[in-house]
Amino acid sequence: MSLFSIFAVAGSAMTAQNQRLNVVASNLANADSAASSNGQPYKAKQVLFSSTPFAASSDPDSVANGTHGVKVTSVIENQSPMKLVHDPAHPMANAEGYVSMPNVNVVEEMVDMISASRSYQNNVDMMNTAKTLLLKTLTIGQ
Amino acid sequence: MINKLDETFRFYQDAANLRAQRQQLIASNIANADTPHFKARDFNFKTALEGALQGNRAVKLITSAPNHIAPSVGGPADGESLLYRPAVQGSVDGNTVDMDVERSQFADNAIHYEANLTFISDQIKTMRAAIQG
Repeated sequence: MSLFSIFAVAGSAMTAQNQRLNVVASNLANADSAASSNGQPYKAKQVLFSSTPFAASSDPDSVANGTHGVKVTSVIENQSPMKLVHDPAHPMANAEGYVSMPNVNVVEEMVDMISASRSYQNNVDMMNTAKTLLLKTLTIGQ
Repeated sequence: MINKLDETFRFYQDAANLRAQRQQLIASNIANADTPHFKARDFNFKTALEGALQGNRAVKLITSAPNHIAPSVGGPADGESLLYRPAVQGSVDGNTVDMDVERSQFADNAIHYEANLTFISDQIKTMRAAIQG
């Protein structure tokens, strides 16, 4: 039943968006963490999405092969250079008085957060529509 | 008699099946709106329905013995492949999902599906009226 698989597809997308939102929260919370658990400044993290076939079918033209869920393949660290802030009084300042602060771009993170939240809402809407259609289907013949 | 009833409902049954499958495809497009390199897909409903009515059914249950009943599940016709939606505006990550297009198609398809269900219900009422007099 195709309409039921919408729940699975939208569900996988919601899980992925949720993870993205988690990473954004972590980045924003640590935007000023000069030292993380390994002693180095915190590095901004990003999730990588990939589409995953929902159900495989031998027929290349079947709808099942065109249906893809979403999964998070990995969480990568942003490799852009750390921000150097001049603050000689800071305990972690180097010889020249510079402290390396996390490479978190707060504006980028906020944009990412809004985007993730909108995508999540889209998926919720989709589930609601599928639910309405299924309930309506149950009333056939009444 | 039952044959005739079957024939009456077949059109709506095929249409509803195809609508449900299209809904699934568009849901998959929306779900992958943020996935890099994902290409939005869809099929041509008109040709798919024409194909389904002529008995070209691509989506089939596998029957492993000759006396299994052949499944009647409407799907995009044999010659009809899943198509790629043309990108209105290209994006850097190679994703071709345009949320406006997908959302409108999703709503459009949902309304058509509901309309189809209404037609089926009305058809059943008509048949019941004819039988009961």
